[in-house]
Amino acid sequence: MRPEDAFAHRGVARRPLPSRSLRLWSVRHAKLLGATYRMFEKVLRGLDPAFRRIGYSRLERPVASLERAVKQALFDCRMCGQCVLSSTGLSCPMNCPKGLRNGPCGGVRANGNCEVHPEMPCVWVQAYAGAERMDAVATLGQVQGPVDHRRAGKSSWLQAAQDHAAS
Amino acid sequence: MLHPDDIGPTPWAPLRPLPGHVSRGRLERVLRRGEFAVTAEINPPDSADPDEIEHRIKPFEGWVDAINATDGSGAHCHMSSVAVSALLIRMGYSPVTQIACRDHNRIAIQGNVLGAAALGVANILCLTGDGVQAGDHPEAKPVFDLDSISLLHTIRTMRDEKRFLSGRKITGPPQVFVGAAENPFAPPYDFRAIRLGKKIAAGAQFIQTQYCYDVPMFARFMQRVRDLGLHEKCFILVGVGPLASAKAARFIRANVPGVHIPDEVIARIESAKSQKAEGKRVCVEIIQQVRDIAGVSGIHLMAYKQEESISEIVHESGVLAGRMPWRRDLVQTTQAVETQGAA
Repeated sequence: MRPEDAFAHRGVARRPLPSRSLRLWSVRHAKLLGATYRMFEKVLRGLDPAFRRIGYSRLERPVASLERAVKQALFDCRMCGQCVLSSTGLSCPMNCPKGLRNGPCGGVRANGNCEVHPEMPCVWVQAYAGAERMDAVATLGQVQGPVDHRRAGKSSWLQAAQDHAAS
Repeated sequence: MLHPDDIGPTPWAPLRPLPGHVSRGRLERVLRRGEFAVTAEINPPDSADPDEIEHRIKPFEGWVDAINATDGSGAHCHMSSVAVSALLIRMGYSPVTQIACRDHNRIAIQGNVLGAAALGVANILCLTGDGVQAGDHPEAKPVFDLDSISLLHTIRTMRDEKRFLSGRKITGPPQVFVGAAENPFAPPYDFRAIRLGKKIAAGAQFIQTQYCYDVPMFARFMQRVRDLGLHEKCFILVGVGPLASAKAARFIRANVPGVHIPDEVIARIESAKSQKAEGKRVCVEIIQQVRDIAGVSGIHLMAYKQEESISEIVHESGVLAGRMPWRRDLVQTTQAVETQGAA
């Protein structure tokens, strides 16, 4: 038996995995994209007064749609609504089949691929590589709390602008 | 002889509280005294018959300080870890109750932690858990509401701040010694010690590692651990286990997530006259090598379907150095407690 067969769903065809080529490209260019996002975040914060005039609730749907389109293309974003990409080397942890946001599980294969999907590179092996490129390995050490499932599908960009206003 | 601190009014009652200890169980005391600890693992039975648990642990009674009750290991269905732990406590043993994040959400997990502590559980091991694809119900819904690190944080919050994650107050907090697992043998290797640090920051007080068959690789990991000063903040127990044959080793390497076995080890077992005896000898040698690595506090024996070999391995390795862990025939009377306490 090939090792990957041990993980195949018995009698069920494997679900096709989404294309990951662009996701891997994004991690390879983590340094550039990270710097771009930091600039974008400043713009978002600057826009807070304007967002407030328009109303955050009115902006939620169009901004979330835009965010979904951009981040799905670049990171295979799952719209958890509480983005931690900047502290995971721009490798989205929600693509981990176990949804691990604090680091890799113990099942990572010797070739750096996922325990669950043998043909997929582990998102945390990618995260470590991305964080090294961003000189941000220390950010991987931050303990992330459990996901707030109420925020699924909501915009992290608007949240970032709002958080700034609150702080 | 049992240490007087490890003797309670009855074998199944929580021990007298000690300053500087979070739990009232034996494992924390053995580790804090600086004794080399030995834990072992049993796979809970596919049965509702409690006698099956007794049959599984009988061969190594008196050779281990605590027994891990796995929680649906390999994503297979078995008797629940909390129930197995309660049955072990009833017999007088110290269980390490494993909690995996695969099958329960944060509401169920926190309820189980309170229930387990109420039944006498003094040690909890926080795990992410194998994916459902590895088990006998691959069509099941994987939960993974928490991960091992947020689970550690949750239990510490319950114990020390006496609150649920929601902030609601807990009147009687769970007095548990909290542990986690780590796999030094899976990529990204450079991240593994950092991740251990994260687990300690989240509340881990002891660590049980994945099977160690590559001592130089483990020594490199421990070097990183010491560089970060982590060995002073938690007790590290190295996972070990005998390989029954070269064929079994190849199967484990290919099919059990996260197990790394070097080719040399397999070749050595294959060329031996008795593969089973050689597998045991390899295990004993690994124990003796890791025992001497600075920062190692004990071993965790996983001898799946070879439970009878645990006592021989512990004996031959000499790690207990004459110490005798608790066993049922050491009947503790009040008089014994008094004389030992006075000595």
